[in-house]
Amino acid sequence: MKPTDSTSDADTAQPTIISDGTDTETFSFETSGSTVEVTWRERLRDFYEEFIYKPGLVAWDDRRTRIGAAIMSIYVFMGTLGAWLYPAPSTNQVERGLEPFETLSAPLGSTGSGQDVLAMVIHATPEMLIMVTAGGIFATGVAVIIGTVAGYKGGSVDRVLTSFSDVAMSIPGLPLVMVLAVVFRPRDPVLIGILLTINYWAGLGRSIRSQVLTLREESYVEASRTMGVSTPRILFKDIIPNLMPFVLVNFANAARYVVFASVGLYYLGVLPSSVDNWGLQLENAYSQAGALVGGGALYQLIAPMIAIMGIALGLILLAQGLDRVFNPRVRTRLAGETESTADEEDRETNTEVNM
Amino acid sequence: MNNYYLKRTIRAVLTVWIVITLTFGMIRLLPGGPLEQLRGKLLRQGVSPSRVNAMIESYQNVRPNQSLPEQYYEYMTALLTGDLGQSFLQKEPVTAIIGDALPWTVFVMITSTLFIFLIAIVWGALMAYKEGTTFDLLSSSASILFAAVPFYVLGIGLVIVFGYQLELLPTGHRLSPEVEPGLSLLFVLDAVDHAILPIASMVITGAGLQVLAMRGNAIQVLGSDFVRVARLRGLSDQRISVRYVARNAILPMYTGFLTLIGFNLGGSIILEQVFSYPGIGYYMYQALEARDYPLMMGIFLVITVALVLAVYVADLTYGLIDPRVKSGDSREAY
Repeated sequence: MKPTDSTSDADTAQPTIISDGTDTETFSFETSGSTVEVTWRERLRDFYEEFIYKPGLVAWDDRRTRIGAAIMSIYVFMGTLGAWLYPAPSTNQVERGLEPFETLSAPLGSTGSGQDVLAMVIHATPEMLIMVTAGGIFATGVAVIIGTVAGYKGGSVDRVLTSFSDVAMSIPGLPLVMVLAVVFRPRDPVLIGILLTINYWAGLGRSIRSQVLTLREESYVEASRTMGVSTPRILFKDIIPNLMPFVLVNFANAARYVVFASVGLYYLGVLPSSVDNWGLQLENAYSQAGALVGGGALYQLIAPMIAIMGIALGLILLAQGLDRVFNPRVRTRLAGETESTADEEDRETNTEVNM
Repeated sequence: MNNYYLKRTIRAVLTVWIVITLTFGMIRLLPGGPLEQLRGKLLRQGVSPSRVNAMIESYQNVRPNQSLPEQYYEYMTALLTGDLGQSFLQKEPVTAIIGDALPWTVFVMITSTLFIFLIAIVWGALMAYKEGTTFDLLSSSASILFAAVPFYVLGIGLVIVFGYQLELLPTGHRLSPEVEPGLSLLFVLDAVDHAILPIASMVITGAGLQVLAMRGNAIQVLGSDFVRVARLRGLSDQRISVRYVARNAILPMYTGFLTLIGFNLGGSIILEQVFSYPGIGYYMYQALEARDYPLMMGIFLVITVALVLAVYVADLTYGLIDPRVKSGDSREAY
């Protein structure tokens, strides 16, 4: 991965996978008072090509990414068009206790109070997607900021930030979230997503920091520093772009954690039941519909279970596929470009936490 | 070296202190639970306000009409003497409830974490040796599939199938009602019988990602130069696989093992609820439901201290396990 700093020679960044590395030499001129102004458009295009398109090509080559992306697009479809087109669940909308595949009005059957099971599954998706996105952005965002600043600045800033994340990491996530859920009673899906990842960022921040420790010794970073480029600028232009694939992998992992935790907490009834959620559906089916005793109402449990496992599977596959981009050990196709910037062990420990 | 241990110890103690302070703050933040209700009820019954305050204090270790620093001091000293307050749900000291419940949770969680790592090490190493074969592909797919299942979802499934449908295993509780705890075979068998399903749901869902991590480690070690040299020296396959590959591949998983125990303790809240298994997670949920704050915060503290201790031990012992690490600082256990 080469750092790109967009200059007027954006055209050299062709959408080829092998980066030519010439752009590294020119990157600093604009900071030293060059008159060539780069528009935001060009900058965005550069960023897209270097950090989304090219890694995307590598990742797309992996079957896991493709399956994962397909699964996730089904959920996005369900959460947007599906929730918009398909009628929302309400009591007595169809006959009570329908079995699955009996009528078209309730393809997956209905609950004891006449709610369409499929409608419940579909209408839980938008909130879940919002929660997952909010949680993922919050966790990775905070981790990137704290990790890069701590790793790059070093000294007392590093000590303070590292101790802060150490403390955050030592508090067990789920119990903390439960206590906070009782205190704040969050209803907004964005807020719930953030609350669920309230200390998830800590471990990730640690591994980002250790990667920045190696990155900051790179010559191009040193060059920027000697030229008096400001710290935020170095972080955003030289450091963070190099971490993008790793951040994306962990975005998917954080998202999966949000799915598991939110469904679990809704299942327990710790979070206020203002939004539809598969966890609530599980809980209803498990406790009220007699799914345990009769066995006849098993389908009510299976529908939300499949929804949960599907989204988790999609996110894991995405993370595993994206991992190829980040992890040189697995990335064999681009052997010429591999440049290990990361401590393997840090990466491993981060995939270990399984909720 | 010694300096590192000292620093690490100070940091662990500091973390625990910060968490205690946090819980103190959170107790004060919590919306009026049964304490407020109790106070209202007692006042209506004509109990004198000072007596009401005394009763509430015994529940919460917090004296409402003291200044904040005074309250904080009292709270800290009470905690240091091992007094976590009184649960008003169970009408017992919090420490007694935790003392009763903790061993069961620890038993379930340590057993499942051990199984997870046993499976991960053996299976992951096998997959790495057979990299690229159908076995590897199938195992990888299976690992990913199992990792996509939350443990509580599998737990619900297991309870339904083995508990209610097949009636092979108990659906809840840690012991059958007629069995008394003691050092008898019956007790051990009964305890295992009740713990099989919770352990199974943790192991089956938790092993997937660990297997993949071990596979990755082992593949990396297999490709390294010293293994090639060992092969060229003509060492036996067994010697290479055990002494050269396994040792190095397992190393990075060691800290993960200890931290996962602490992490799983947090997950016990959902797990024990699904199996109605009265461990600390079960009581924590009960306390949450009933707004039994002393019990809730007590268990929260215990779980946190367990996690801090796990990471602390992992950090301190990593140097013993991997002698190449001279000072833990550069290779800290996270």
